[in-house]
Amino acid sequence: MNMIKATLLSAVLALTAPVAFAAGGGSGHAIENHDFSFDGPFGSYDVNQLQRGLQIYTEVCAACHGLKFVPLRTLGDEGGPHLPEEQVIEYSKQWETFDPDLDDFRPSTPSDHFPKSALSNAPDLSLMAKKRAAFHGPYGLGINQLLKGTGGAEYISAVLHGYTGEEKEQAGVTFYENHYFPGGWIAMAPPLYDEAVEFADGHANSIEAMSHDVAAFLMWTAEPKMGARKQAGFAAVVFLTLLSVLLYLTNKRIWANAKRKD
Amino acid sequence: MSGIPHDHYEPKSNGEKWLHSRLPVVGLMYDTLMIPTPKNLNWMWIWGIVLTFCLALQIATGIVLAMHYTPHVDNAFASVEHIMRDVNGGYMLRYMHANGASLFFIAVYAHIFRGLYYGSYKAPREITWIIGMLIYLMMMGTAFMGYVLPWGQMSFWGATVITGLFGAIPLIGEPIQTLLLGGPAVDNATLNRFFSLHYLLPFVIAGLVILHIWAFHTTGNNNPTGVEVRRTSKEDAEKDTLPFWPYFVIKDLFALAVILVVFFAVVGFMPNFLGHPDNYIEANALSTPAHIVPEWYFLPFYAILRAFTADVWVVIIAETLSGGIIDAKFFGVLAMFGAIAVMAAAPWLDTSRVRSGRYRPMFKWWFGLLVLDFFVLMWVGAMPTDEPYATISLIASAYWFGYFLVILPLLGVIEKPLAQPETIEADFDAHYPPKAGNATTAAKSAE
Amino acid sequence: MGPKYGDTNVSHADDTEGNRRDFLYYATAGTGAVAVGAAVWPLVNQMNPSADVRALSSIRVDVSGVEPGTQLTVKWLGKPVFIRHRSGSEIQAAKAQDEAAAGTLPDESARNANLSDPNATATDANRVMPSPEGEAPGAWIVQMGVCTHLGCVPLADAGDFDGWFCPCHGSHYDLSGRIRKGPAPENLPIPPAVWTDSSTIKLG
Repeated sequence: MNMIKATLLSAVLALTAPVAFAAGGGSGHAIENHDFSFDGPFGSYDVNQLQRGLQIYTEVCAACHGLKFVPLRTLGDEGGPHLPEEQVIEYSKQWETFDPDLDDFRPSTPSDHFPKSALSNAPDLSLMAKKRAAFHGPYGLGINQLLKGTGGAEYISAVLHGYTGEEKEQAGVTFYENHYFPGGWIAMAPPLYDEAVEFADGHANSIEAMSHDVAAFLMWTAEPKMGARKQAGFAAVVFLTLLSVLLYLTNKRIWANAKRKD
Repeated sequence: MSGIPHDHYEPKSNGEKWLHSRLPVVGLMYDTLMIPTPKNLNWMWIWGIVLTFCLALQIATGIVLAMHYTPHVDNAFASVEHIMRDVNGGYMLRYMHANGASLFFIAVYAHIFRGLYYGSYKAPREITWIIGMLIYLMMMGTAFMGYVLPWGQMSFWGATVITGLFGAIPLIGEPIQTLLLGGPAVDNATLNRFFSLHYLLPFVIAGLVILHIWAFHTTGNNNPTGVEVRRTSKEDAEKDTLPFWPYFVIKDLFALAVILVVFFAVVGFMPNFLGHPDNYIEANALSTPAHIVPEWYFLPFYAILRAFTADVWVVIIAETLSGGIIDAKFFGVLAMFGAIAVMAAAPWLDTSRVRSGRYRPMFKWWFGLLVLDFFVLMWVGAMPTDEPYATISLIASAYWFGYFLVILPLLGVIEKPLAQPETIEADFDAHYPPKAGNATTAAKSAE
Repeated sequence: MGPKYGDTNVSHADDTEGNRRDFLYYATAGTGAVAVGAAVWPLVNQMNPSADVRALSSIRVDVSGVEPGTQLTVKWLGKPVFIRHRSGSEIQAAKAQDEAAAGTLPDESARNANLSDPNATATDANRVMPSPEGEAPGAWIVQMGVCTHLGCVPLADAGDFDGWFCPCHGSHYDLSGRIRKGPAPENLPIPPAVWTDSSTIKLG
């Protein structure tokens, strides 16, 4: 029994203990957890938030940042922004794709992907929410991530509305102070300001609200299948729990003879 | 098989007899499935079925993933994103494969530590143990190469660090490293061959698993008491054992189902928890991540590798004695592989005549420390290399070697073991005492 | 001792015990079988066309630049599709061919996926697209650019019937894409094609 208890306890620790890393050394200020609609095992994307995020991306971020892994047609997917088909076709036309058959650029169709970043040092945003983390440790034990998730979306949101307003110049490049960016200074000028984007339904458009919206949108671009994944996981858990109960009873029944005989 | 007297397969129908006289495969499978198994096996014996399931899961998901993956540096990362976004159920298959590797290693560590505690490595099961160690090495090679395939930052830099270790071998290191890489650095040649070998090794593992099962079926399973099954007669054997089917197949399947509940909860709700965000960044040979960390299951050995820096006294002694041939880097490599070697040598290092840790009171404490040490090494392997982590990793590494090289040999001599049960039957009955009611039922049926 | 044959006053208590045990085993085995099925299905389904391939099962083609008397060839489902904008004289010639050919066509079926009966008679009217506003009927014809003999791509404005000619084995198709001479057995098939606006055709 000692052995089993020790193992179980160690197993729980093992799951949490080794998840220790730093997403870039010195990430500065602690980032607050935000309750995104997609948090937790039963969370899901808020379609309106995704549409707002798409609008912010299109009007603000797309000038420099690409989404090269995201097919334009997924904007029409259920579980995502769920735009109507005609709107997806219209939306796609504003981008250009290089067509090797024509050896030239042509307007994009839904089958094409979003373009690459226009600016070479502006990272592609397709996976930004999965390649950054807001929550670490404590002391490398991974407990914060277990409870709050990795926090990629929180990181993006924090950076977007975490500028202090200070600037400095170094080697001919202007850096902007941002405590949430590793190193404390980021080369990207603050992209958002209050009411930078106006929403047709009049939704709040403070810097903070828009940061959350575009962060949620980027979580979708990184993990478009999250909804289906959680559903599949839930179904598997329920079904396997049923199977476990049946196997438990079967096991008990089978062993009853062996245990009673002696 | 196993030297335990028991009934063997007898072909009954004409069809069965026809086949049996030409290829006794049905008999082989039947006898393997019905093998007499000690009836007192506890829940630490279920990991074998979990491991078999994991191997099957990894092979099945791996083969279908390979239908969509492209092993070229220009396309690998994008092909994985194609799997995640476009392939039907691709995201599920990918997450099951990635987390399946973690489940594989959780199970193998539980399985190994079970063996260490109950003395399963001791005579006559040394060969089972050695084959198991070989399987473990193959698993580590497979997992390492598999992690390179998505071609993320950690894939690339982890490959760079680990292949760099071969360069640390004196004299022949550089040519070996170049041979492994197919060039001066990790690049397309490396990726392509890692894909080929990653596909190959699991089948080598499967072959070794068959040998592993053959070996422990020849000796018979160990059990929590370490007392052998009575082989004096079939009647005695039947008092100590139960046929594997259905008793242990169902018991194992139950445990597997429970474990799979947790597995699918992780895959469904936190599939990236055990991974590293940096691997979602495309590999860049010109930019090293701030902290290169291997996957969690390598961390203990990574800690040992890094612990032996040039200022550590054992390293200094080794350097002096070898005339500079063994430097800190090579020492670390030797220590890392040595950690596995000393574990493999356990059958010959452990001098105790008592097999199971249950009856070894001093051993229990040292073993418990070893388990703790394993987790400390795992934790410190992910930490940066400055203090206090450097000292902690040295102490933890020292204990690992000390346990196998000093404590195991000593304990067998100085320890006073507890009394062991006479038979497995006695142990089983002690666990499941006949209830008061049974006596009356027995009396009734006698009427 | 158990019940013997002829016993009427028999206790069936043990029967339910047996049934209950069996039910549990069947329930477990059945649930296990469902689990195995649920595991096998994704392994098989992943081989079905992925989302990017399915997205290309339907394409939209901008035909605003296709002058009368010319043809645009596009790739759809991996095969060429001929989108021909017929000139006035071609339309007239096609009508004449229609009247002359009645009853003598090697393949009488229209092979048009857009008709309620895809195998209606192969008249020119049954093979052309409905015309957009402002254009004469019969101005547009869309068909697969794959010879129905052995799969070569026929050449436009060629052959004895002024339609298409397949250079591989000498099949001649007329202005409506119907096989008239040569080894090809069938008329060029017409894929699903509709106008989504005045200058865009959706294939598939």
